Amino acid sequence: MRYVVWGLLVALVVLHQSGIASDSNQLVFGFLPINLLFHAAISCAAGAAWFLAVKFAWPAGLDDEPVSDSDAASNGDAA
Amino acid sequence: MTQLIIICIYLALLVVLGIFSSRLFRGTSKDYMLASHSIGPFLLLMSLFGTTMTGFALVGSTGESFKQGVGVYGMLASSSGIVHSLCFFLFGVKLYSIGRRQGYTTQIQFFRERLESDRIGLLLFPVLVTLVITYLLIGVLAAGLTVNGVTRGAFSELFAASNGGVPPWLASLVICVVVLTYVFFGGMRGTAWANTLQTIVFMILGVVTFFVIATKLGGLQAASEAVAQLHPEKLHTSQFPKLKFLTFLLIPLSVGMFPHVFQHWLTARNAAAFKLPIVAQPIFIMIVWLPCVLIGTWATSAAIDGKPLFPPDFHANAVLPVLVGKVSTPLLGGLLTAGILAAIMSSLDSQFLCMGTMFTEDIVVHYAGKNRFTEQQIVTLARVFIVAVVAVTYGLSLFDPRRVFTLGIWCFSGFTALVPLVAASLYWKRLTKAGGYACVLVAMASWLWFFRDSGYAADPKYGFLGMLPVATMIALSTAAMILVSLLTRPPSEATLNKFFPKS
Repeated sequence: MRYVVWGLLVALVVLHQSGIASDSNQLVFGFLPINLLFHAAISCAAGAAWFLAVKFAWPAGLDDEPVSDSDAASNGDAA
Repeated sequence: MTQLIIICIYLALLVVLGIFSSRLFRGTSKDYMLASHSIGPFLLLMSLFGTTMTGFALVGSTGESFKQGVGVYGMLASSSGIVHSLCFFLFGVKLYSIGRRQGYTTQIQFFRERLESDRIGLLLFPVLVTLVITYLLIGVLAAGLTVNGVTRGAFSELFAASNGGVPPWLASLVICVVVLTYVFFGGMRGTAWANTLQTIVFMILGVVTFFVIATKLGGLQAASEAVAQLHPEKLHTSQFPKLKFLTFLLIPLSVGMFPHVFQHWLTARNAAAFKLPIVAQPIFIMIVWLPCVLIGTWATSAAIDGKPLFPPDFHANAVLPVLVGKVSTPLLGGLLTAGILAAIMSSLDSQFLCMGTMFTEDIVVHYAGKNRFTEQQIVTLARVFIVAVVAVTYGLSLFDPRRVFTLGIWCFSGFTALVPLVAASLYWKRLTKAGGYACVLVAMASWLWFFRDSGYAADPKYGFLGMLPVATMIALSTAAMILVSLLTRPPSEATLNKFFPKS
């Protein structure tokens, strides 16, 4: 799965580069230029790909690191 | 005048937040600089995102879209969505893990031990400070221009020389003082809180700004259709040379070497806190950049009552603030301006704090010894250095301003040219001290040469071999690092065991 995730990210980069030669004036939903929509979709796909990365390609042995008492949280969401 | 009052109220609110967070200050430099490693996923996301979204993302992207159209989003926003998270994933998590284990506070501490060289700090310190000053300059310039643009005409007699608006020099000065104040009071904890507040403020108000401007221009459809009729080339992406577009992918790599981002990484409570920022960064970038790029593109063809709002040669830096000033009511204009300033200040604060940390940890404490100064004296020394850096930056901002976007690209290019160093430090055992020096020296020499050749960012279309200069810079610094490393003695076993422990 790890290789699938990295493959997805490479594919995203290739896709990102492939969508640059468009002379279309098309407005999707009447206002969104298609070239802009294409790259916004790349952003969403990147979020999804990174979700898969943290789920399936997260480095082992990091999540169980001990947190010392002196570092205990006292603020915001750390509370 | 109303805009100015709202801006002042917002700035006062930030100062109060800094004072409040100072009540939780534990009195140690570690708490001041790293919030005692207490930052969880949400605050880490907000502070990392707020730190990476600067005047460049709002003022710069809008202005550049005004000049080049919607392709600007692909150049830097969608690419940053992929590459920023890549840096958090590959560099951030690992540096956090090593930094936490070894007790590092700054990048230079890490490089000193990884490269087995004390003097690498003396080389890296001025290089990083110079690049951060360039970064700060973007924010300080953008803040001044924003307040000036929004308040144009409000003080036609008092500030006649600056189009009747608050002069950029004055606005920049006030913003610097406000950020300094809450950074001084709150340290990293105050900065993380202020960043979170400001990130929420600029994201919400950014969306509001988008719809207000769209409504004033006749609605979403009318604004876009006007561009399709009057400036269809702004909707195309074929005008960007392929090779140059490709090299824009290198620019967001700079995040991997930002010293202030390194410091934010170390504030994390644990490695798992990185997961949310890694996933959300591309989406958050989209939420900020998409409206800005659309607004900038609309501005090319925007007209109110049949009168065009901007001539084609209008200065790119002023597009967003002037548009906000022209299309909104004074009350809304003030709120929207606060949102823009929030984005700018949420980067300045981290950078200010980071400068102080680097100075005290990498220079003062490192050379004078840990027991030479009390904790309070160290915090004071950090503050003195921060004021000096801000003074230099502010002085530079008074010169002929460059395009925020262009200046940003140059600043990020310098950091990107240094990224091979951090990548090799973490993943290549064969990297040697001499290889590290070669990387930094070649990166900076090539950066200075190209920067000078471009007229110090005067030419926004400057390129080399049909690419952004950053491509050549990173190729040279990587080649120098690899070649010199292979020709010199490998690091000791002790160092390798420390940084590449056998699991």
